[in-house]
Amino acid sequence: MSTQVPEHVEDESSAESVSPGKQKRDQKKRERAQRIQEQREAEAAEKARSEDDTYHLKVFRYDPEVPEKQEPRFDDFYVPYKQGMTVLDALMWARDHYDSSLTFRHSCRQAICGSDALFVNGSQRLGCKTQLSDLAEPVRIEPLPHADVVKDLVVDMEHFYDQMEAVEPYFQTNSLPDGELDEQRQTRENREKVKMSTRCIWCSACMSSCNIAAGDNEYLGPAAINKAYRFAMDEREGEDMKQRRLEILEQEHGVWRCQTQFSCTEVCPKDIPLTEHIQELKREAIKNNLKFW
Amino acid sequence: MYEHDVIVVGAGGAGLRAAIAAHEEGADVAIVSKLHPVRSHTGAAEGGINAALREADSWEDHAYDTMKGSDYLADAPAAETLCKDSPKETIKLEHWGMAFSRDDDGRVSQRPFGGLSFPRTTYAGAETGHQLLHTMYEQLVKRGIKVYDEWHVTRLAVSDEERPEDRTCHGIVAYDVQTGKIEGFRARNGVILATGGLGQVYDHTTNAVANTGDGVAMAYRAGVPMEDMEFIQFHPTTLPSTGVLITEGVRGEGGILYNENGERFMFEYGYANNLGELASRDVVSRAELTEVNEGRGIEDEYVHLDMRHLGEERIIDRLENIIHLSEDFEGVNPLDAPMPVKPGQHYAMGGVETDENGETCITGLYAAGECACASVHGGNRLGGNALPELIVFGKRAGHHAAGKDMEEAKITTGKVGDYEEAELESPVQLGEVGIGEDVVADGGAAADSGASVSGADLVQRTVEDERETVDALLEKEDGIQHAEIRERVQKSMTRNVNVFREEEALKDALRDIREARELYQDVYVGDKSRTFNTDLLQTLETRNILDIAEGITLGALARNEFRGAHWRKEYQERRDEEWLKHTLLSWNDGEPELWYKPVILEGENKTYEPKVRSY
Ligand SMILES: Cc1cc2nc3c(=O)[nH]c(=O)nc-3n(C[C@H](O)[C@H](O)[C@H](O)COP(=O)(O)OP(=O)(O)OC[C@H]3O[C@@H](n4cnc5c(N)ncnc54)[C@H](O)[C@@H]3O)c2cc1C
Ligand code: SF4
Ligand code: FES
Repeated sequence: MSTQVPEHVEDESSAESVSPGKQKRDQKKRERAQRIQEQREAEAAEKARSEDDTYHLKVFRYDPEVPEKQEPRFDDFYVPYKQGMTVLDALMWARDHYDSSLTFRHSCRQAICGSDALFVNGSQRLGCKTQLSDLAEPVRIEPLPHADVVKDLVVDMEHFYDQMEAVEPYFQTNSLPDGELDEQRQTRENREKVKMSTRCIWCSACMSSCNIAAGDNEYLGPAAINKAYRFAMDEREGEDMKQRRLEILEQEHGVWRCQTQFSCTEVCPKDIPLTEHIQELKREAIKNNLKFW
Repeated sequence: MYEHDVIVVGAGGAGLRAAIAAHEEGADVAIVSKLHPVRSHTGAAEGGINAALREADSWEDHAYDTMKGSDYLADAPAAETLCKDSPKETIKLEHWGMAFSRDDDGRVSQRPFGGLSFPRTTYAGAETGHQLLHTMYEQLVKRGIKVYDEWHVTRLAVSDEERPEDRTCHGIVAYDVQTGKIEGFRARNGVILATGGLGQVYDHTTNAVANTGDGVAMAYRAGVPMEDMEFIQFHPTTLPSTGVLITEGVRGEGGILYNENGERFMFEYGYANNLGELASRDVVSRAELTEVNEGRGIEDEYVHLDMRHLGEERIIDRLENIIHLSEDFEGVNPLDAPMPVKPGQHYAMGGVETDENGETCITGLYAAGECACASVHGGNRLGGNALPELIVFGKRAGHHAAGKDMEEAKITTGKVGDYEEAELESPVQLGEVGIGEDVVADGGAAADSGASVSGADLVQRTVEDERETVDALLEKEDGIQHAEIRERVQKSMTRNVNVFREEEALKDALRDIREARELYQDVYVGDKSRTFNTDLLQTLETRNILDIAEGITLGALARNEFRGAHWRKEYQERRDEEWLKHTLLSWNDGEPELWYKPVILEGENKTYEPKVRSY
């Protein structure tokens, strides 16, 4: 197992300048801390040894700053399995018990914050939503492809955010009701129509899975197009706005780039029918008699 | 150093709303957030937003329900502000395009929620928070408001006057997560804390991993009291394995709770003869645990929540998200089987003491959202009352910080007026461990020794302090890791400071916290890189968890009565003569100091008379 269990080096460097009492206290503290740490590691190793219920992870490692990690590599972790354990749980376990420098984004643990999209056994998934028991071993965990790696499993999201912002991702209408207590009416059917599109959590799994986006850096990509769909199809925005949205979408790097490969739809953890939404926007664009590329 | 008029820390519902409001007032406003805005935990809210929108409803009724729900520990001016402003603010979200669920006539739908006398919970499926967060972030993009995302705020730059009430907040120190750079942010007008919940103090929680109570702890160490910390809400329906929340909307729509014998225990055992499953959260949580403790729980751990009888169509229409949560995280399809549920930490009623304009006792320092305690929830928050809190008080704090004229607050903050000193009872020494000895990861306020330095200088000095702290942490080669300390505190809190509270257990928790503090003096960071160093950041967060855990436990020990979510074995009664008051803890030179201030029960046109709370 190539996990880095920290070595305990006695730190004597600051001993001269402090009082004997403090030295002693410090020594005691260090000893206690060391005892606890050793106990923990022993427990962790013990748990991990009972082979049947451990999972073998192979995790991508890279840190531009640390000489040993500048050359990307995979580390092996053996994590004790508990019923219901997800990929994210396993990563957290490995980090908390073996290697505190193992780095990944995560927060909600319930598939809503979108921060832990990873490349697991060759496909884009949310770590927190993926049960270990559904995966073949060793479980290979890598950062999302087609994005710059910042460190370990963390990728740079700037490009994704830029594409999201390129579609004017905010509600626009000229006909708000006058009263501040009067809502706009929306039919149940219309809400139903946009419902799936509003579920996007900006995880960027779709973008990472898309061949076209990988080859064309300017392509808006499935998530941004879906965001535009969310507004274009919302009857509250009105027809004028819809025209304008379609203009944005039928630009050179817009909907027409999509080659209906369905990879985005396959990986979306929120089951958004992305390809279908893109196709529907293409049809709308034609209906509106707009020129296309 | 960066400089703005108003700096908002946190980009959940409260932070976004505050930033939009400050921008409306013409301020140069920026958000600094450790997560990208759409990753904030507001996105996880499911059930809905309470707002008296319908003709048959009124804000007065909403205020009455809120005061009753709070067990008469909310301050009426804050509760009334919440209920009066919520309809306007909720409809504003609709005007911003939020995808609310709709009735047949195209109006936004509302549903019943626990403790409400009218079905006034406005919702978007079972993903209200997600829709709200994204709608609000869209408005931020529209306005081009600057966001420093993945910047972790670690300290407030506050002037060093003797009394907190004389101090001024000039800015913050933050850490660029991607590069490790530590920088100052000067706020010309004000800093608004909107850092959300503190659920990570417990190990079974509905809260995100990022919810470590940073804002409350930072403000506390800068001199702002923590208010009513003992009031922690435990939600009755969380999934046993992960703490993932099953919205109260399930019970709102008619979901039923059963024990192991298949009995509908809320009625069968008389926990709430009128409202049953829809009694308020504290009541249902206690009922469930009593079932488990008396041997009627399933696998000695949980109870069942059944929604099958609602029918697939209704479930998909209103609660679809619940199907996914239950399947993904518990492996149970709720269309076929009842869901296992148990109480879990969910919400902090207490927090940074503020008035109804969002301001604290330190000039220029504001707080809003879950980290704040304007005191709208008192002893127990009603479901659906937090999201309106974000938008109503987020907006007010934003306006105030940007210089808008506000009506003078009726709630006082800081040690002024008729407060009452109190004795702290603790089996161990409290607060900072051995001040003066080098606490490696002290993250306290700017203990600035100079007399009159300019705001910018003060921020700069605080930055330098912080750089030293971080350097020391990264240089230290051995010691104990934060994960160990954190886990000990979380476990102890869940064991000892949970739904049911006993004196000895509370004291045990204080002992454990003390031990954790001592260990923390020897904390070290294994990861030596400056790039995306989550090890370092979590080490700094753990410091906050320690201070907050202590605050919760001390408050719980001091309040020897039974009120709202705070149940004490030795004291099975609400004691209004003595306890219609707020618990406050101040960080006085590194030691907590306990004091009280009276609850304000006088509202605009009426006084809320404490009554027995029955549901
Ligand atoms: C699962 C769940 C369901 C809920 N459902 C409902 C519901 O149906 N109705 C309801 O009314 N309430 C509900 N609540 C409660 C409500 O959602 C929360 O109280 C509310 O969303 C908190 O919002 P906030 O803006 O205060 O904080 P958050 O949304 O948690 O945002 C906190 C922000 O602060 C930032 N931050 C934190 N610390 C730092 C730091 N040190 N430096 C920089 N940035 C920092 C984070 O990055 C984040 O952006 C629910 C809560 C949970 C957990
Ligand atoms: S569309 Fe789906 S895959 Fe793409 S960012 Fe949104 S949630 Fe993720
Ligand atoms: S941790 Fe939030 S989506 Fe997985």
